[in-house]
Amino acid sequence: MTDLSDLYQEVILDHNRRPRNFRTMQGPTHKAEGHNPLCGDRLSLFLDVEDGIVRDAAFQGTGCAISRASASLMTDTVKGLPLDEVRGIFERFHRMITTPPDQAVEDLGKLSVLAGVRQFPVRVKCASLAWHTLKAALESKQVVSTE
Amino acid sequence: MTSSVAPPPRGFDVGRIRADFPILRRTVRGRPLVYLDNAATTQKPQAVIDAISRYYTEINANVHRGVHQLSELATEAFEEAREKVRRFFNAQDGRGIVFTRNATESINLVAHAFGSSRVGRGDEVLISAMEHHSNIVPWQMLCGRTGASLRVAPIDDRGELRLDELDRLISDRTKLVAVSHMSNALGTINPVEEIAGIARRRGARVLVDGSQAAYHMPVDVQALGCDFYAATGHKLYGPMGIGVLYASADAMEQMEPFLGGGDMISSVTFEKSTWNEPPHKFEAGTPDVAGAVGLGAALDYVTSIGLRAIASHEQELLEYATRALETMEGVRLIGTARRKASILSFVMDGVHPHDIGTVVDREGIAIRTGHHCAQPVMDRFGVPATARASIAMYNTRADIDALMAALSRVRQLFG
Repeated sequence: MTDLSDLYQEVILDHNRRPRNFRTMQGPTHKAEGHNPLCGDRLSLFLDVEDGIVRDAAFQGTGCAISRASASLMTDTVKGLPLDEVRGIFERFHRMITTPPDQAVEDLGKLSVLAGVRQFPVRVKCASLAWHTLKAALESKQVVSTE
Repeated sequence: MTSSVAPPPRGFDVGRIRADFPILRRTVRGRPLVYLDNAATTQKPQAVIDAISRYYTEINANVHRGVHQLSELATEAFEEAREKVRRFFNAQDGRGIVFTRNATESINLVAHAFGSSRVGRGDEVLISAMEHHSNIVPWQMLCGRTGASLRVAPIDDRGELRLDELDRLISDRTKLVAVSHMSNALGTINPVEEIAGIARRRGARVLVDGSQAAYHMPVDVQALGCDFYAATGHKLYGPMGIGVLYASADAMEQMEPFLGGGDMISSVTFEKSTWNEPPHKFEAGTPDVAGAVGLGAALDYVTSIGLRAIASHEQELLEYATRALETMEGVRLIGTARRKASILSFVMDGVHPHDIGTVVDREGIAIRTGHHCAQPVMDRFGVPATARASIAMYNTRADIDALMAALSRVRQLFG
């Protein structure tokens, strides 16, 4: 029996209430829109990349607690990182939330609070929306959908 | 019929009704199931499950073909189901009842069979702003094929259709008015008789999407004065995969075939085929006979309880739940029409509907969250999604109390 507190950990509730980097950005170098038709989530992601390093990351939009917290934690994490590391973290995060809940996953620091989503299969897309949007922004796709 | 609160009629025994629905005995996540997602689909009484099982155990054969006894029995069962549907909707004639897969297919059937031949460039199709995607998209596609245009009658802040606007938007170019009898996202019951009257005066045909209405109130297609009425079996306590379309004799005459194939023809040569008579003209291929039989059993069941009694029970619960939700801090009801049934669509300050859905699910409570296949309605009310609880005949005050307790937990969790 899984518990709600596995999903809605205090860190997630906090990032939902007070999302970090929740703003628009003037003149971003990269930008993408994410959409999850299942719950109506929409997310705009902005990146300022200079010399291969993410100088700033921000997001806007409506979404459930999981998608907001995920976007908030993600933008915090990637700020200051070189792009190849960002891509690496995308892969590791994606692996973490898609690994079956009975298997061990890598510790990804504060991002690990989102590992609980594995016990709620319909909510995995909520956690991954921001990340797919990040990938699209780096690949310069304009709109990404988790469907 | 559903606008005043009468005490549940004598003889309406919700405990006895619940005992007829085996799924209500199961638990979900260790709790007794509280099923409040009836607008998506209703649960099935044992009588329906048994009728389907009996059909496959004792009767199964293909219909309208073959002289052997089972084929005769299957044809008889299929046509008997059609007669039950006819009676349920008070259609003049069984020839006006077409079996489809669901209400979506019924609407698409009209868009093709009627629309493609009767709606042309410069014509108009008028819908309302509260339609389900299934009563929007087929008309957009029709307009795309024919060069007609789609007009939309607005709704007000309560979620009621603006009849004055509808009246203004109907013109001599309007070939069809397509409206829902009851909104799946708001619960609003539309004044279909009045709409049909307005449309008829301007020479437009009227299609009514009865997906939500048909299991909450008695429906008499002749009294409504509509040309087409679409309904789906799985919301009428029947099986999934069976739907119906009623078409008036007059409208039927203007309809070309929809799908081509077996059963819908009278004769076939490589040069030319001729069409069977309605309703068979619109039923190509082997139909879902067990589905039709199951639907027949569902209609028998609903009729034995009585739609007036069901409506009155559900209305009492709706008002009970509305009062409870209104007193909950930070909750806003979306859809407060004066005439409505079953549906409680709501949003909660600071909590996304999807999170509400997940938390109440942990308590064994099933509600729907999202845009309810009515994105224009969400846009109209400026919300991305709502949480929606919807009531059916087997629900009780205890179900509503359980939902309210779970919503308090949501409030606690998200602060």
